[in-house]
Amino acid sequence: MALTETPMQAEKAQTIFEKSKTGRRAAALPDAEVPEKPIAELIPQNLLRAEPPRLPEIAEPEIVRHYNRLSRRNFDLDTGFYPLGSCTMKHNPRLNERVAALPGHARLHPAQDPRRAQGALELMWLLQESLSEICGLPHVSLQPSAGSHGELAGLLLTRAYHADRGEERTKVLAPDTSHGTNPASVTMAGYEVVKVATDEQGGVEMDDLRAKLAENAGEVACLMLTNPNTLGVFDENIAEIASLIHEAGGTLYYDGANLNAVMGHSRPGDMGFDIVHVNLHKSFSQPHGGGGPGAGPIAVSDRIEPYLPKPQVVRREGSNGHGPGFDLDFERPKSIGRLRGFQGNFGVFVRSYAYILSLGGDGLAEASETAVLNANYLKARLAEGRAGKRLPIAFDRHCMHEFVLSGKPMKRELGLATLDLAKRLLDFGFHPPTVYFPLLVDEALMVEPTETEAKESLDAFAEAVEKILAEAEDVAEIAKSAPYTTPVRRLDEVRATRQPVVRQQLD
Amino acid sequence: MTRYTSATPDDRQEMLDAIGVSSVDELFEQIPEPLRLGRPLALPDGMSEAEVYERLAALAERNADAERQVCFVGAGMYDHYVPAIVDAITSRSEFLTPYTPYQPEISQGGLQVMFEFQTAMSELTGLPVSNAGLYEGPSALASAGYLALGATKRKRFVISRGVHPHSRETLRTYSVGYGAEVVEVGLEGGLTDAAALAEAVDGETAAVFLQSPNFLGAVEDVEALGAAAKEHGALLIVACDPMTLGILKPPGECGADIALGEGQPLGNRLDFGGPSFGFFCATEAQIRRMPGRIAGETEDVNGRRGFVLALQTREQHIRREKATNNICTAQALNALGAMVHLAWLGRQGFRELGELLVQRTAYARERLAAVDGVELLHEAPVAREFAVQLAAPVDKVLDRVAERGIAAGYPLGREYPEFEDGLLVAITERRTKAQIDELAEALGAAIAVDRGGEEAVEAEIAEGVA
Repeated sequence: MALTETPMQAEKAQTIFEKSKTGRRAAALPDAEVPEKPIAELIPQNLLRAEPPRLPEIAEPEIVRHYNRLSRRNFDLDTGFYPLGSCTMKHNPRLNERVAALPGHARLHPAQDPRRAQGALELMWLLQESLSEICGLPHVSLQPSAGSHGELAGLLLTRAYHADRGEERTKVLAPDTSHGTNPASVTMAGYEVVKVATDEQGGVEMDDLRAKLAENAGEVACLMLTNPNTLGVFDENIAEIASLIHEAGGTLYYDGANLNAVMGHSRPGDMGFDIVHVNLHKSFSQPHGGGGPGAGPIAVSDRIEPYLPKPQVVRREGSNGHGPGFDLDFERPKSIGRLRGFQGNFGVFVRSYAYILSLGGDGLAEASETAVLNANYLKARLAEGRAGKRLPIAFDRHCMHEFVLSGKPMKRELGLATLDLAKRLLDFGFHPPTVYFPLLVDEALMVEPTETEAKESLDAFAEAVEKILAEAEDVAEIAKSAPYTTPVRRLDEVRATRQPVVRQQLD
Repeated sequence: MTRYTSATPDDRQEMLDAIGVSSVDELFEQIPEPLRLGRPLALPDGMSEAEVYERLAALAERNADAERQVCFVGAGMYDHYVPAIVDAITSRSEFLTPYTPYQPEISQGGLQVMFEFQTAMSELTGLPVSNAGLYEGPSALASAGYLALGATKRKRFVISRGVHPHSRETLRTYSVGYGAEVVEVGLEGGLTDAAALAEAVDGETAAVFLQSPNFLGAVEDVEALGAAAKEHGALLIVACDPMTLGILKPPGECGADIALGEGQPLGNRLDFGGPSFGFFCATEAQIRRMPGRIAGETEDVNGRRGFVLALQTREQHIRREKATNNICTAQALNALGAMVHLAWLGRQGFRELGELLVQRTAYARERLAAVDGVELLHEAPVAREFAVQLAAPVDKVLDRVAERGIAAGYPLGREYPEFEDGLLVAITERRTKAQIDELAEALGAAIAVDRGGEEAVEAEIAEGVA
């Protein structure tokens, strides 16, 4: 492998602080216009800062160039295939950005009197109604800021529900294959995690569930589940699981990370779930932004409703000939309270509501169909040739919107770890699948193509995997030292944890 | 309606053949029959792009935003001017559409932005360690509480009533979960009651929470108040408004262990409350207890400088139930907006903006205090926001002033019943002297109506308000 440096690799990374030069500036500020006094007359000297923070000094053209250059050192969804499992990297319609930027949305102060924010409250109410229908649960709070925030909300709701019945339960069941946020949220909510085993299909191991319920009788507050599960398989026992949990007095929580598989086909509420979080940045097209923002609204059943966070957006029937109006309801005596400031990530609500309007009920169902079709097609393509031998599917049956391969034979036979395959895919212009998750599959690769991808992209990805495996049969070393063409090559991640350098040192 | 997908009927057929099924329905058969919806969702049919635009534009039209109304409302989110380059850079697809940078080799842009952002926030707050961002302000404060429990093994919080009411409420919500007691300390003359605070802090206290400027706009003497925390080994956690940190002594120089806050004033829209970001900075001692993503500098195999997610062993995807927090979002795009805004302001501009806010706020405070029926709620020093007490019902006054196209401020009564007709007025660089003068005049007229001034009543009738 020729190791000629690419132009981007040759360009040394320089931070904006390193480009700073005293006396340069971009901002032009308005004049004060008012009679000025020395600052120390207005604020006591001992509360004032001696030296301004050492922010960069740089002119506007160079700021623009700096961040444009940095942007080219990112791979993004608009550039290519991004089959990151459980992340639902679907197209981000630019229409949504346009409507979110309308001044009536973007420049609306969150403390505006509800009577003068009727459009915003109506939009939130309409989104609540839409999510309620999609989830099959009657009540929605839009407040949580992300999926993990929704999980915390769900667990605090569970706690409030039990407390209101005079019960204090201490344990939350979660499959050992659950997303890492599940157990982390459980601890934050003051509960103890009890792991439930997973059967070979990635579903809940029913005997173990019964055993854990018996061992912890009267103690189980909740079971947290993802369905379809982390292997991309629908848990056929869900109705029975729900009745076992409900008989034991617990609530059933749905991690909505995989909702994109079932929109318009099956609803968590109908499966027996009490609380669902929805990742608007996954199924409802909010751009991921390189790590946020998102939003994690929750939908709940009647018995959980009294405890929902406040304020809640409500529709009030009009009187005296006025039409209905929308308001923020703070009078919720059993509410768990606030989870954050103001009303939630409204800009995300605008985008997701625009997405729901664009697709409609039929379009959402079709999006899920295409997502499932794409996943099964790619799975079939990867069952052929070398991939079929070296990267077998973890559980061989039809999948929903994603599937998991095991790189165990590849590692054994070719000496190539899943990480090596992932890094080599970068050279082929693909974002790799999620790697090493779920934990129950050795050398796991979790692939979620979403409905966004055309057949051609799926074919190209399958061909790239085939090429990498063929190449490795000849020279395994190529993939083991990959990537070669990216702005930097493999990075020392251990050092960043052992001797963390988390800010620039300035003179 | 088919949108944003490419599969033609021919594609579908070929794909179904490759899978070995006759229809997509067959793939959904793994869902037990009783759990299949079996009907279309009861939602409207899909709409064209033009129709969706019109529908949402019509909703937006029904909001009195800061373009239609002169906005003196603050209370944690402010109508600052966000420079055009922020929109240009944050709308680049390379920043807008990637996921969290799990593959650092193809995410150097986003990771370097995080590193720069951490450096900037560390400079602002005067603390050495910053994370890459949290959801927003109040939940960042609650996360600091969670950190303090782990750091001190104590379960009691003391919080000033000067801390944003949303932050206090959020801390209480979280505390019910992680099992902490929250004790509130009152205000005296607009500032945290120092004697009551010293009284409230004890050897069981995990953290003391202050905010400066506090919710009433008053600049607190954090250093003096924080002594009580130091004495008892509690963490000192300080919420602050980043826009004031060009002027005010940074929390890190006042003994704070953690400085955090709502990041919206930096490069973010009002957006009716979000998305924005929360910032979170701490001393070195807390680095392995920090919530959220942190970027770190490292090298690639050829010795090139690069950036990765550092200290991942704190996080949920590795530590699961032992993680320092469950959060995995960094509000990366919002933090990018902040970084670009800060670079645009630059070292000098950032300070100048702070000075501008202080000068205009001082003018506005003086101007309003001179209005008949308006009194200062406190006389403590302020930076960019101040509180007044009205001699008329605040809601009525706000309605009357709104008729003149002005959002006069944030009514304090709901969250501070002791200030029933209190009003919090915020200043940004967008609020001109002329607007401040008009606000003073409008407030005076609106209050006069309730004070029974005949002229005012007549004026009101003439305007058709009554």
